[in-house]
Amino acid sequence: MDDSETTPREAPGPYRIRVQDACKIFKDVVALNHVDLEVKPAEVVLIIGPSGSGKSTLLRSINRLENLTSGDIWVDGDRVSDRAADIRRIREEVGMVFQSFNLFPHLSALSNITLAPRIVKKVPSAEALEAGMKLLARVGLADKADAYPDQLSGGQQQRVAIARALAMNPKVMLFDEPTSALDPEMIKEVLDVMTDLAREGMTMLVVSHEMGFARAAAHRVVFMDHGEIIEQGPPDAVFNCPTEARTRRFLEHIL
Amino acid sequence: MASLKDPRREVRPTGRSTRIEVTDGALIPEKGERVVFSAWRISFFGAIALLVILPFIAPDPYWKILQFLPDGILKTFQVTVLSIVCAVVVGLFTGLGRISRITLVNRIATIYVEIVRGIPLLVQIFYIYYALGKIVQVPDIAAAVIAMTVCYGAYLGEIFRAGIQSIPRGQMEAAIALGLSRSQALQRVILPQTLRVVLPPLGNEFIALLKDSSLVSILAVSDLLRRGREYASKTFFYFESFTVVALVYLVLTLFFSRLVAIMEERIGRRGR
Repeated sequence: MDDSETTPREAPGPYRIRVQDACKIFKDVVALNHVDLEVKPAEVVLIIGPSGSGKSTLLRSINRLENLTSGDIWVDGDRVSDRAADIRRIREEVGMVFQSFNLFPHLSALSNITLAPRIVKKVPSAEALEAGMKLLARVGLADKADAYPDQLSGGQQQRVAIARALAMNPKVMLFDEPTSALDPEMIKEVLDVMTDLAREGMTMLVVSHEMGFARAAAHRVVFMDHGEIIEQGPPDAVFNCPTEARTRRFLEHIL
Repeated sequence: MASLKDPRREVRPTGRSTRIEVTDGALIPEKGERVVFSAWRISFFGAIALLVILPFIAPDPYWKILQFLPDGILKTFQVTVLSIVCAVVVGLFTGLGRISRITLVNRIATIYVEIVRGIPLLVQIFYIYYALGKIVQVPDIAAAVIAMTVCYGAYLGEIFRAGIQSIPRGQMEAAIALGLSRSQALQRVILPQTLRVVLPPLGNEFIALLKDSSLVSILAVSDLLRRGREYASKTFFYFESFTVVALVYLVLTLFFSRLVAIMEERIGRRGR
């Protein structure tokens, strides 16, 4: 596709995700206010911040569930924010996990996982099923292949949702508050899967306030407020000695 | 937009299991109605008993009427089934049109719904019969089916629209985030779930259509009602003929309403 005129397919540098001067305005609310962010391959970045700070909007802009008002986003060198971009191909490379799981209730756990590979990538059925079973085993749910979402606990549903996203072999995984809808005893099983994923070298952008996960797996913590990135750095630095007053105030609330 | 909003049909998202409330004249028995003498049982078996007893005590008009009617029942079924099948197809596309992001498609679907819902079915039947007759000669039964399809297509369109909109937005988002196109997501994720939600209201519309099909007797379609009228005008047994016609309609609608109730319960039990 020749759209070099509108797509400055500039060298993405060593970045998997690059957000440049991103702005998003909903009616009269500024959700993203000139945000810049880079995520390197195999890097795990945790985004924290009060509700309404724009963290989910930032995440959802990366696979264009939201369209930016202005600014640019690249994923692996492809300009997502380009209206002419083949967004479906880009979305294949970007897995997403939602707060409310969003499993397809009319499909079994295994079918949830194999649906997209079969339809989008035209993977033969047998092959997709085999890969799906491997993924279920990886998230510890090999025995739940035939279970329907309403027969699974929240933690199990979220693990299936992670497996479903991984089935497309994404280069980047986005997690939008993956444990916020879970009972405390189920949070750990989901975080364990995510930690494993991080150790295996997946590039991850995670909106979450799970300090334990941040310390165990995150390379960097980004604090957002009112659509802006206020402060970022290694987890220990941000959590233990934040430089900004707003970060400190926020951390006092959640710690 | 909803200037002719129909309060009978509304979607009430109740957390996980969404159900479309239809408080139509549909005779859906209360779920879990386990009483021996439920209203449904009294009406249904009462009607059947009358249909059996009356020909016994007065075979002259009643047994003869009963023998005269089956052709009409068949015709009524023919019109009803053909119409509901066509109306489901029209309704599905109307519903999709109503949620379409393409303004033109959306507007056409909405105008269709508004016009049809604003004109009485009887007037529509007359209109389509005589208007079509001006252009092409169609058999009476075809005119009847077309009229019912046009009318019910609009009603079913609203049911499909409400059903599609009752599916949480996250479903579409999850599907397109996986790389599915909008239409793939619609076919593989949204519509299969919609079907479950709309099946009970579709059953109700089927029953409503069965009843409304009596209107086509004003065309030269010998349905159940018309057969009854034919017998009555031949023999002057008006009271007896229409008693039997009413009882037969009652047995049919009560029978199907029970089927819909069972179907609804099954869907509810299987969950989502």
